[in-house]
Amino acid sequence: MTDRAADAAGAADATEAWEPSALELERRLTRKRASRRSVLIALVSTVAFAAIAGWLVLSSPGWADVQQAFFNPEVAKDSFPKILEGLWLNIRVLFFATIAVAVVATLLAVMRSLRGPVWFPLRALATGYTDLFRGLPVLIVLYLVGFGIPALNPENRISVAVLGTIGITLCYSAYVAEVLRAGMEAVHPSQRIAARSLGLSHAKTLRLVVIPQALRKVVPALMNDFVSMQKDVGLISVLGAVDAVRAAQIATASTYNFTPYVVAGLLFVAMSFPMIRLTDHVSARMAKREQIGGTV
Amino acid sequence: MSVLELHGVHKLFGDNHVLKGVDLDVDEHEVVVVIGASGSGKSTLMRTINLIERVDDGRILLSGDDITDPAVDVDKVRARIGVVFQHFNLFPHMRVIDNVTLAARKVHGTPADVARDRAVGLLEKFGLGEKVEDYPDRLSGGQQQRVAIVRAILTDPELLLLDEITSALDPMLVGEVLDLVRDLKAQGSTMLMATHEMSFARSVADRIVFMHGGRPLEVGTPEQIFGDPQHPETREFLARITHR
Repeated sequence: MTDRAADAAGAADATEAWEPSALELERRLTRKRASRRSVLIALVSTVAFAAIAGWLVLSSPGWADVQQAFFNPEVAKDSFPKILEGLWLNIRVLFFATIAVAVVATLLAVMRSLRGPVWFPLRALATGYTDLFRGLPVLIVLYLVGFGIPALNPENRISVAVLGTIGITLCYSAYVAEVLRAGMEAVHPSQRIAARSLGLSHAKTLRLVVIPQALRKVVPALMNDFVSMQKDVGLISVLGAVDAVRAAQIATASTYNFTPYVVAGLLFVAMSFPMIRLTDHVSARMAKREQIGGTV
Repeated sequence: MSVLELHGVHKLFGDNHVLKGVDLDVDEHEVVVVIGASGSGKSTLMRTINLIERVDDGRILLSGDDITDPAVDVDKVRARIGVVFQHFNLFPHMRVIDNVTLAARKVHGTPADVARDRAVGLLEKFGLGEKVEDYPDRLSGGQQQRVAIVRAILTDPELLLLDEITSALDPMLVGEVLDLVRDLKAQGSTMLMATHEMSFARSVADRIVFMHGGRPLEVGTPEQIFGDPQHPETREFLARITHR
């Protein structure tokens, strides 16, 4: 029984430096081998899958035409600078819309959480707003804002980028407000009671105790909404703003080739990729913290 | 034969060496009670046995099978062990009867009516006959914990782990839970339990294990541990906990 001997030796000098026993080293080796095998299987199955998918596409009768129309390197190279310039507009719209959404959505969420009959009009307004704008397609909101507001005052033209930002903000505030409200309601009532017992007012309770905890709970959901907004800023092209999508459309119209759309699409994916990975990372870290360790 | 054997079990959380070579065995029909200060490794010990935490060294045998072998099916091992938690952990969206029969129906493949009959029998025996169709939030803490115990024993586990099962209970409700544990002992259940209830430990335990610094420092019958503790650490712990 060499294992027993190793165990006993391990127990004897445990208070000093502990060295893994032969048994444990053997076990680690077994686990390592198992995980290496899993990686190998994953690798083989991925390569096989890619090969089959690739073969199916490349062997289809129309592939040569499709490649010419959608994946033309010449057209991609020529249209790239304009599309990138357009994407810069998307990024600026995204930046300002994010700030506006944060402010409006927080206000809406707080309005919906107000208690007492005096606040009924505000509460009703906030409820009506979120009901309306969560139901309306973004495209329709953009049309209404983009062509409706300028018609109110034909003398002063507001830039379409600004109108687009307003449209996006209107839609996304409604979604984000609901996420925030759900987070605020998920904070345990005993937290409010504790805060009010300390003499904090309703407003201070919300600001100092409830909202910080609510935010922590809804971070993954908010980041998901942000990723969604990152691509929806491409919709402002319908107003005539020369963003990445519009630039691709212009390039397509002049070359009769769809490659610029593919370029714009890849740029949008590249823009959202860091945020998507970050969202996954944050969600995983929160899950880990809540599970208090253990392999369940 | 021993139901449970631990040989030189180590567990580390980062630099924190929680279990430093634990040797322990529990015989069939034996009740072993683990006592010790918070942070002495009682809960971690329980969690390693249920394979919630993977040991960093040593071996754990359940009825002779090495359950720390990497090739072992974790779910199969857990199905052989019953666990009762400090905070009951009943499923709030299921009625008492569904909580209790879940493992029998979904893991062990017992026909629903057989599991139900057995569950109702046990619940009635432990004074919970009225609560069969209720949801857990309608029950007191003591009732919830008794339901949790019935849930753990319904599938006749080889070993029952009880981790500070009265620590979250109102003092008034502790008695009804401990009476149930006494019944289980009388029926011959094999149990390993961690507790702060010293008088109960004394009356129910066949053997007491005093954990200190991540290791069983002193092991003996309740008479030895409470009547004539050998280590100064044991004496100090007992003095602190009994003169609160």
